[in-house]
Amino acid sequence: MKVHPLLIELIQVFVLLFAAPLFAGWVKMVKCWSQGRTSPSLLQPYRDLCKLFSKDVALAENASWIFRSTPYLVFGVTVLAGGIIPIISVDLPLSATADVIALVALFAIARFFTALAGMDIGTSFGGMGSSREMTIASLAEPAMLMAIFAVSLASKSTSLSQMAIVVSQGYSILRPSLAFALLAFILIALTETGRVPVDNPATHLELTMIHEAMILEYSGRHLALIEWAKMMKLFLFITLGIAVFFPWGIDAAGGAAGLASSFLIMSLKLGISGVGLVLIETGLAKMRIFRVTEFLGSAFLFATLGMLSFFILE
Amino acid sequence: MSYAFAAQLNSLLAALILLTAFAMLVQRRMYALLHLFAWQGLFLSISTAVVGFAAQSHHLYISSVLTLAIKVILLPYILHVLIRKLKIHREVETIVNVPTTMLIGIALVIFSYHLTAPIRELSTLMTKSTLAVALATVMLGLLMMITRRHAVTQIIGFLAMENGLFFAATSATYGMPLVVELGVALDILIAAFIFGIFFFHINTTFDSLDVDQMARLKEED
Repeated sequence: MKVHPLLIELIQVFVLLFAAPLFAGWVKMVKCWSQGRTSPSLLQPYRDLCKLFSKDVALAENASWIFRSTPYLVFGVTVLAGGIIPIISVDLPLSATADVIALVALFAIARFFTALAGMDIGTSFGGMGSSREMTIASLAEPAMLMAIFAVSLASKSTSLSQMAIVVSQGYSILRPSLAFALLAFILIALTETGRVPVDNPATHLELTMIHEAMILEYSGRHLALIEWAKMMKLFLFITLGIAVFFPWGIDAAGGAAGLASSFLIMSLKLGISGVGLVLIETGLAKMRIFRVTEFLGSAFLFATLGMLSFFILE
Repeated sequence: MSYAFAAQLNSLLAALILLTAFAMLVQRRMYALLHLFAWQGLFLSISTAVVGFAAQSHHLYISSVLTLAIKVILLPYILHVLIRKLKIHREVETIVNVPTTMLIGIALVIFSYHLTAPIRELSTLMTKSTLAVALATVMLGLLMMITRRHAVTQIIGFLAMENGLFFAATSATYGMPLVVELGVALDILIAAFIFGIFFFHINTTFDSLDVDQMARLKEED
């Protein structure tokens, strides 16, 4: 039985919307275990979101339309990005219209408006967070593109579906360019999703927060949308890594049984990468913000070495 | 193990050697640097054995074992003892601007790729593509010697350069004659002992292994 591509797209967006908080809960749970604490329930992120949606919005007097529209924009852009990445199937209608460069641009739009909203109210924290976020972004984005280019050199396409298909078809794991690109991608994913060596998602300490500083003024449903988008972004970066570097098991035929099996395999891979993420996070200390340039510099280095080793060694 | 698989394994090992060369370039801590050097030696040793297997030239096995013994075990051990005896294991070296050093390193890799391109065209060996990596490793070792101030790190840079040369010999011609390799290995060993004595004297004279101290000619200022 062949499932219509549009239906697959719809299923995938629903998977993204409702699996992302679950994944965030799973990461938090494993993190608590690894530190010997009692963890909140796996469903806690859903409860947090429900609570925030039922609360009233407190807006600052001088908040402009940018501040009010940013949560919806960020949320929408993140969902759209989820339509491009092959999560449970490579047969996506949206994937044909937008490639990986468009994906990076989508994340850049979300970041741009979040930074604007951070400055909109005029509090010092918001401005500081925005400035830090943009500094880091200006280093992370080139590295991200280089890492993706290293893979697209090997698969001769910038379309994510095409990459997933080519990498999953009989490629050897021993390709140096892919190994370097994966290393770079892990560093960038940690940065982009605001995880520990760069930013701490759980802190509101004024000296260290980056992403939290920008959204400090949000409340109620606005905050809920932004938090949800943040969980989806983490989910998307992990699935992007899986789609590009470990695409085995993602359905290509478009049958219902194939979709179900690829859903199961994807949950398994996500579970494992959640544990991996926690291991990285507990193993590393948060670095000083001035060290982030070195961190992202090495990500850029790995990505460039990946591209070079494609020419030199393959 | 088939020929194609050996070639692929060799490229992966070449990539790892390049990676360790870059990691050494930016590593600040003494012991971590030493461990990276030992890892590079290990990858080099495995790569030599793989080439020896694929090319059916059995003297490369001896070079491989020699590399393992000297560059992975003996030299790191000697330097380890030296660092502990001179009490510099806590020292963290400041490096001039890591991102810039990395960018220069990338430029060196591209340069050596460009430089070895004619040889790639002519060579028929399995290892023709790793020659660029070998040359890059030599240059990165040289870059490390230039950018570092500490005598021990400069020596490690020198040894990394030698690793690169050894790798270049393996990839360009399936290794030098065994006599030459034995001679080089012995030279490196003797050099390590002489370095040790020098370090000791520099340290007692200047109370530091920072080579900037030696640029001053006056005794007092």
